[in-house]
Amino acid sequence: MSQSKPTTPDEVRNRAALNDKRRRRKARAVPSRLRPKLLLGLYLLFVLLPIYWLMNMSFQSNTEILGGFTLWPEDFTFEHYSKIFTTETWYMGYVNSLTYVLMNMVISILVALPAAYAFSRYRFIGDKHLFFWLLTNLMAPPAVFLLPYFQLYYTVGLFDTHIAVALAHCLFNIPLAIWILEGFMSSVPKEIDETAFIDGYSFPRFFVRIFIPMIRSGIGVTLFFLFMFSWVELLLASTLTSTNAQPIASVMTSTKTASGIDWGTMAAAGVLTILPGILVVYFVRNHIAKGFALGRT
Amino acid sequence: MNKVYDNKAWLLILPMLALVAFSAIIPLMTVVNYSVQDVFDANTRFFTGTEWFAQMLNDPTLQSALLRQFAFSLTVLAIQVPLGIGIALLMPKKGWQASAVLILVTLPLLIPWNVVGSIWQIFTRGDIGLMGWSLRELGYEYNITRSAVDAWGTIIIMDVWHWTPLIALLCYSGLRSIPEAYYQAARIDRASKWSVFRFIQLPKLTNVLVIGVLLRFMHSFMIYAEPFVLTGGGPGSSTTFLSQSLTTMAIGQQDLGPSAAFSLIYFLIILLVSWVFYTAIMNMQKDKEEGA
Repeated sequence: MSQSKPTTPDEVRNRAALNDKRRRRKARAVPSRLRPKLLLGLYLLFVLLPIYWLMNMSFQSNTEILGGFTLWPEDFTFEHYSKIFTTETWYMGYVNSLTYVLMNMVISILVALPAAYAFSRYRFIGDKHLFFWLLTNLMAPPAVFLLPYFQLYYTVGLFDTHIAVALAHCLFNIPLAIWILEGFMSSVPKEIDETAFIDGYSFPRFFVRIFIPMIRSGIGVTLFFLFMFSWVELLLASTLTSTNAQPIASVMTSTKTASGIDWGTMAAAGVLTILPGILVVYFVRNHIAKGFALGRT
Repeated sequence: MNKVYDNKAWLLILPMLALVAFSAIIPLMTVVNYSVQDVFDANTRFFTGTEWFAQMLNDPTLQSALLRQFAFSLTVLAIQVPLGIGIALLMPKKGWQASAVLILVTLPLLIPWNVVGSIWQIFTRGDIGLMGWSLRELGYEYNITRSAVDAWGTIIIMDVWHWTPLIALLCYSGLRSIPEAYYQAARIDRASKWSVFRFIQLPKLTNVLVIGVLLRFMHSFMIYAEPFVLTGGGPGSSTTFLSQSLTTMAIGQQDLGPSAAFSLIYFLIILLVSWVFYTAIMNMQKDKEEGA
């Protein structure tokens, strides 16, 4: 009906009013479509401003930093970065951190995979209690355990080694890994396991060849979280190490000297701590979007 | 899922159990051991019973630190959870924009905790920091070392900046798992945006929200490095949270007995709150499944 040409003046007027209304609705529709982007943009601005400020400072000389307020480096310099890359304590801090983080990721995922499988597929004596007990390990404030940890690792001769930190971080990383992986595994139908066993697969072969590929995205997400929590943890890492395995985060506190804080080097070191994380997120980004979802049921 | 009853599953758990127990049980035993003794040195100890516990529970500085801790944790949860869900809903779904936004959003999570404190310390300085300088230019006498309100506000903003990404990230992946068919059905029914959120998206998010809220509660309750670096607990003791009181006592004053007792009380509080929360959610889910 609306396609036919208007014939009477009344219809013409109605049509005009209708078109007018449509136009107005369209005019309103544009901002409401932009609004999500605007809000997200504002949030991203909030996220990025402090990081921008850190980068800004890392390219300024110390005199410029303390001299006054500048929105961008006017006296652009790489001196802080070159200091980090040429001083052994500094660059070894990164190497140490990365070493124990990688060790922790390998250990955690290796023991968490079978355990998560047991929790997702079997009932056994004490399974529910054990699962909650695992969670309680995430709740132990590191401050609680600092001293006993120091004594324990000192006694067994692991103090100031990478493996000490890697093992200590297992305390919170393994439970988290099991928690996440269990959710992913529970979403894989059990019939798949049964079919594989009927086809004559042994358990280890089934696990590695069939099961692990099926929960690849879950493993990706888990690795991201393992990396993240081990990389940012500081209290245990700096308590269990002194010089040989000192993490970057505690090297950074050495910028505080009697003559004040070396802001520029600290900022540059801060910027460099973000980079490995960006790489990890980049590699697992597609898994994150797929992942988790399955969660615990 | 129907699980098979089989105690052989213990074999799969053993390696994990050995590792976690090494890191968890031995130190915990040590803490329990200290908490009932007065330790002078390795060989001189006296059994004190529950004396330290009574002393710690009646300590007014700890009581106020505990109240502050609860106020802080509840505040940041109340801001971060809705904000995180909101951000997850706004994040683009595919293409390069999705990857870019995902990486940008997760940035704060990947920074070591003391560096987070340092970043905000610089950022909020009135003379050289963007936020401090801007607030001053706007005529607000902003000073986190003098004003408790400013210090609190800054720590909360810092925590929101640091941890909202975790909730957003979890919810984002939760949202990605909702089949397109659900949305199509909703469109056919002409469901409003709100009812799509209320009846499709939110129920699908409960699982990841359980993980998110529990993790956030535990971590915010244990917050240490960030406020320590930012304000050192001041002005006065207005931003001294539980972890910091504990660390001062254990490392600074070497009061092993009392700080061990305090540790255990601290641990039990987190345990209790998390357990109540965990059981409540699990029961809710069970009810829903039975009702369905």
